[in-house]
Amino acid sequence: MIDFTQSQLERYSRHILLDSVGVEGQQKLLSSRVMIIGAGGLGAPAALYCAAAGIGTIGIVDADAVEISNLQRQIIHFTDDIGKAKVASAREKMEAINPDVKVEPLRAFVNASNISDIIDGYDFVIDGTDNFATKFLINDACIMKGIPFSHGGILRFNGQTMTVLPKESACYRCVFHKPPPKNMIPTCSEAGVLGAIAGMLGTIQAAEALKCITGAGEILADALLTFDALPMNFRKVKLQKNPKCAVCSENPSITVLQDEEQQVCDLK
Amino acid sequence: MIMRLTINGEKKEVAPESMTVTELLKHQGVEIPDMVSVQVNGGFVERDAFDSSILKEGDEVDFLYFMGGGCFA
Repeated sequence: MIDFTQSQLERYSRHILLDSVGVEGQQKLLSSRVMIIGAGGLGAPAALYCAAAGIGTIGIVDADAVEISNLQRQIIHFTDDIGKAKVASAREKMEAINPDVKVEPLRAFVNASNISDIIDGYDFVIDGTDNFATKFLINDACIMKGIPFSHGGILRFNGQTMTVLPKESACYRCVFHKPPPKNMIPTCSEAGVLGAIAGMLGTIQAAEALKCITGAGEILADALLTFDALPMNFRKVKLQKNPKCAVCSENPSITVLQDEEQQVCDLK
Repeated sequence: MIMRLTINGEKKEVAPESMTVTELLKHQGVEIPDMVSVQVNGGFVERDAFDSSILKEGDEVDFLYFMGGGCFA
C-alpha cells in the first residue's frame, strides 16, 4: 500500500473521485509499469497521459532524434528539442508533468533479439510504432510473455486500435496474419496524417493502459476500433481468436521471435 | 439480380447476386487483396480462400485494413 501525500491526494483527486478507480486504483497505477515503444505520434500523447496519471514506472524506447517534421503531431517534443534524442526529450516532459513517475528511457531500435528484455517486467505495452515488422514483433513477444498490449495505427484521417489480452482475446496476428508486402501500405511519412489523429489514437491507447491496470470498465479486446475523422465515424468491429493463429493458437507455428522482413519506412 | 450485403457496417446492394470475396474486393475498389483482412459474419476468411469463398444475400462483410502510423522504433 502506498500512503498518499497531501499533494498526491490533490494531484490525483479527479481519479480518486471515480468509482471504478478511487484510492485503490490510483495505488495500482503508482505501482504499475508501462512500456511505450516509440516516442512518436502515438507514443507522445500516450506517454504524457501515462505520466500525468501517475503510472509509477514508464519505459520508453525509440532510436530517433527529434526532427522539425515531427512537431506537427508528436506533442511531447518542442521546437527547442530538435536534434535531441526523442527518449531524452520525452523523459524531460514526463518528469516535468509528474515527478512521481520514474522514466526508463532506452535509445534503441527494437528487434527480435532485444524485445524480450525490453518488455520484461512491464504490466502493459503500448505499440506506438510505424512499421509492420515491429508491430508483429511486439504482438508475438507480448503473447509469448503474457503481457497485455495496445496496438495502434494511424494514416491520413484514419485510426485503428485493439487491445490484446494474450491467449484470452484475438491478437494482431489473428487478424492480420503477416506483414503486408513491402511498399504496399503507405506510411504517415509518405501519405501524411492529421496531427490530431495521432493524439486521438495515442490517447485511446493510454486510456486502455489505465483501464487495464485499474480494472475499470471493459478492455477493447476481441474488437478493432476504427475511425475515420473526415465524417468522424467510429466503428467497433468484433473479432474472435483465430484458431489457426500462428502465434496465439493451441499449436503455434511461431515459437521463437524473429524479425519479419523490414517494411521500408523512411521518416525523413 | 442484386445481392444485399453489409460492408463495414453499411448496407449495400451489389451485382451480380453471387460473387466471391475476391470479386467483392475488386468490386469495392480493393485491387490488392494483401492490403486487407476479411471477416464474413464475424469469422476470418483465410487469404488463400478469397477465391473460393462465395458470398450470399445478407452476409456481413468487414474489410480490416493495415494501418501503421506512430513512429519508427
